[in-house]
Amino acid sequence: MSGSDVVIVGGGVTGLSAGWWLARSGVKVTVLDKFIVGWEASGRNGGGASHYASPLFDEEQRMWPQMDELLGYPTEHQKGRIIIAMTERQWEQYRFVAERHKRLNHPIDLLDTKQVLDAVPLASEKCYGGVHYKFGGHANPQRSVQAYAWALQDLGGTIIQHSPVTGFETAGGKVTSVKTAHATYGCDAVVMAAGPQIPQLMSKLGVDVPLAAARAEMIITEPAPMMPLGGVDGHKLYGRQTMRGNLAYGGGPHEWLDDDANSPAPRPSTPLARNLAKRLAELFPKAAHLNVIRSWAGVIENSPDGRPIIDRLTNPDNVVVASMSSVGFGLSPASGHAIRDLVMDGKCSFADIDMLKLSRFDDLEADWREKRGWMPLA
Amino acid sequence: MELNFTGTDLCAINGTRSASDARYDVVVVGAGPCGIEAAFEAAKAGSSVLLVDENPVSGGMMGNDTPLYFGGRMTAATQNSERMLEAIYLSMPALETAMEAGVELLLGTTAWGVYRNGPGAHSLPEQVVGLADAERSWMVGFDRIVLATGARDLAMAFPGWNQPGVMGAAALQMLLSRYDAFAGRRVLVLGSHDLALETALMAHQHGIEVAGLVEVRGAPQGKAELVAQVKAAGIAITCGQTVTSASGGIGGVEAATLSNGDVIVCDTICVAIGLIPSIELVDAMHGPRTLVPTRGGYVPAGEAKVSAVGDCAGLTDTGFDHIAYRMDWMQALSNISADDTIICQCEEVTRADLIGVQPPNYLPRPAPMCARSLETLLKDGPVNQDQIKRLTRSGMGVCQGRRCRDQVAMLLALESGQPFGKIPLASHRAPVRPLPLKILAEWNEPAEMDAAWDVWFGIPTAWVPHEDIGTRYEDEHRQMLYTGMYE
Repeated sequence: MSGSDVVIVGGGVTGLSAGWWLARSGVKVTVLDKFIVGWEASGRNGGGASHYASPLFDEEQRMWPQMDELLGYPTEHQKGRIIIAMTERQWEQYRFVAERHKRLNHPIDLLDTKQVLDAVPLASEKCYGGVHYKFGGHANPQRSVQAYAWALQDLGGTIIQHSPVTGFETAGGKVTSVKTAHATYGCDAVVMAAGPQIPQLMSKLGVDVPLAAARAEMIITEPAPMMPLGGVDGHKLYGRQTMRGNLAYGGGPHEWLDDDANSPAPRPSTPLARNLAKRLAELFPKAAHLNVIRSWAGVIENSPDGRPIIDRLTNPDNVVVASMSSVGFGLSPASGHAIRDLVMDGKCSFADIDMLKLSRFDDLEADWREKRGWMPLA
Repeated sequence: MELNFTGTDLCAINGTRSASDARYDVVVVGAGPCGIEAAFEAAKAGSSVLLVDENPVSGGMMGNDTPLYFGGRMTAATQNSERMLEAIYLSMPALETAMEAGVELLLGTTAWGVYRNGPGAHSLPEQVVGLADAERSWMVGFDRIVLATGARDLAMAFPGWNQPGVMGAAALQMLLSRYDAFAGRRVLVLGSHDLALETALMAHQHGIEVAGLVEVRGAPQGKAELVAQVKAAGIAITCGQTVTSASGGIGGVEAATLSNGDVIVCDTICVAIGLIPSIELVDAMHGPRTLVPTRGGYVPAGEAKVSAVGDCAGLTDTGFDHIAYRMDWMQALSNISADDTIICQCEEVTRADLIGVQPPNYLPRPAPMCARSLETLLKDGPVNQDQIKRLTRSGMGVCQGRRCRDQVAMLLALESGQPFGKIPLASHRAPVRPLPLKILAEWNEPAEMDAAWDVWFGIPTAWVPHEDIGTRYEDEHRQMLYTGMYE
């Protein structure tokens, strides 16, 4: 048995950030991943970092501009976002959100069509207007995940890839070790950050974590001329212009899936790429001639209310469960900090995250997925 | 917030997809000899058959080395799509026979994705193939699909390869024999296996001067009779050598230098080291495939509804180990390549940055980043080309990795000291050909799709600002932003 202070189950962005924060505090960390770090949703998402609905928002905003320097590796983080309305209804909705930001003192500007075109030259002259968020931003998911992993290693942490967790040993109300097919890892504490695999892993500890997995899709074009601001959403799409110039965009209906297998499974994309292409061509008509060169899919989990679960359990009492409920990437600098605090101090030092406790689902009905229509088709 | 669950998630994919635009018993992708024969036989047996072929592709696509490695050596004739269409009919008389047998033929039509239900996706009404021409894309349902997509060129990097005039053997053969549209006059051929010998002979027969063949191994590799024919044509085969650089000017290649110091004047260097079975569609649909070194690489493993014929099912097995041969070339070219030799042309990734697992030039490289490399990454586990691709961007460009995918895998095998077969195949993704947004777009999508469209899941509680929970703003937020995930 190899001893380690904290074993983190899942080398996605949340687990890696938690590991990095813990390692910064001098904790000996081992991250176990079923395949390669960031291989699932953490490396396949839209890269947005503007989660103003979350209690972790302030910390997200504080951390991102520092992350390249703190990690020592480039994340491609860029500041600011613009959301563009392509229908009257969207314009009404986006202005409603803008009003809310004003109320909460988040810096925003309302843009008319001309101002949108100045900031986003590829945008449509038919757009109704836009909202410039002078906060938030975006980064490269794949590069950021690897940056966390490398930074964690630089601080003495260990990453074990290709090692799905198979079980746990417990004693005295604590998890004492985490097992894979090849080894057993002793621990003082466990962070469970395995995304869609959390329910099946936690069931081994007798803890019910209600999460449902679903598949979502994105497309990417060849590089477009660089726009002054790359974080452009709108027309019910999310995405970004990468620092290379590619337009990477997602959105649209999701497909609920059965509990996910342990091993890397196919993540098939579907003809939804055509519906994404239609909306992207409408949002950026001057880019409609650009080639789509890839599409892909990822699997994310959601809790019954769509909000994260970040909680230190009472039994076993040395386990922190962390599911970001489908918005993990952007919030990762903050979620890792919160997890670090829960592991080391039992309490988040910078925000009230009681609303993210697992116990809010204590009275959840057994057929919660059926009631919501979150059932797989197969 | 009171939520009225109805058992239906209005933002789920369920029931939102369009029906296919057409349906055939059999769809055949690729109108080469094997594809035509498969279509003809299926039609004769009474099936409704659609035969599609992406050729003639547009001049722009050819300029991107899609689908073959044209190296910018096509004449202006390739801009004339009517002439190109005519050339295809003239070179393929069997097309007419197939059409007379009832085969519906669409040329200039790309099959860019095959979709079906399976692990991770169960929402398709039926299995479909995505097609596109110069005007639009559409989906076609089928009972059975026959892939006759042929083989594509293996490109290999060496100093100076990233300029017009370095091209592949399949591309050269197509320009010579089908379109009469090759812009070069004097060709140096790399390789001496059958592909190289046949390409040299074809060029010679078309009045192109062949400056010679260069073989990395100690002796010519192909059939003795082909070697004899090449020699009889007065074409030299220089063995035990490799190309060390290509020099040129604004029009591309003007000369090649060999490892023995010889400088060979030529306007084209034809990389005729190997062909790769075109399995993009199979891999993008997560179909089974297997590595067969004597058949040119990964080939479809075969299944009931998806069959492969011709070169995409594997090159003719003559017992020759194509992988070992390519690895010999890779080793030799690797030895003579400089750190700044470009490997991925689209993303301008150099050999040093690829092996160093470094980010592109527009990103900073602080000390910790510079200390990372393939060697440090290997300590975390076996090499994975998709991971290298994400970090270095090699293979992420508009040619979709057609020029560098295979050589990057070989280089990774070499650098990690692993057999080629241990490097996982970098994944292919639909669309397997670059497709403009406006072509790929489903412009007439069903109303159900738009009704279900939310930017992200549409869970009413997910995006309520935490400050607003339990206040009057919570309901306002929901009413304004959600048409109702659950009624």
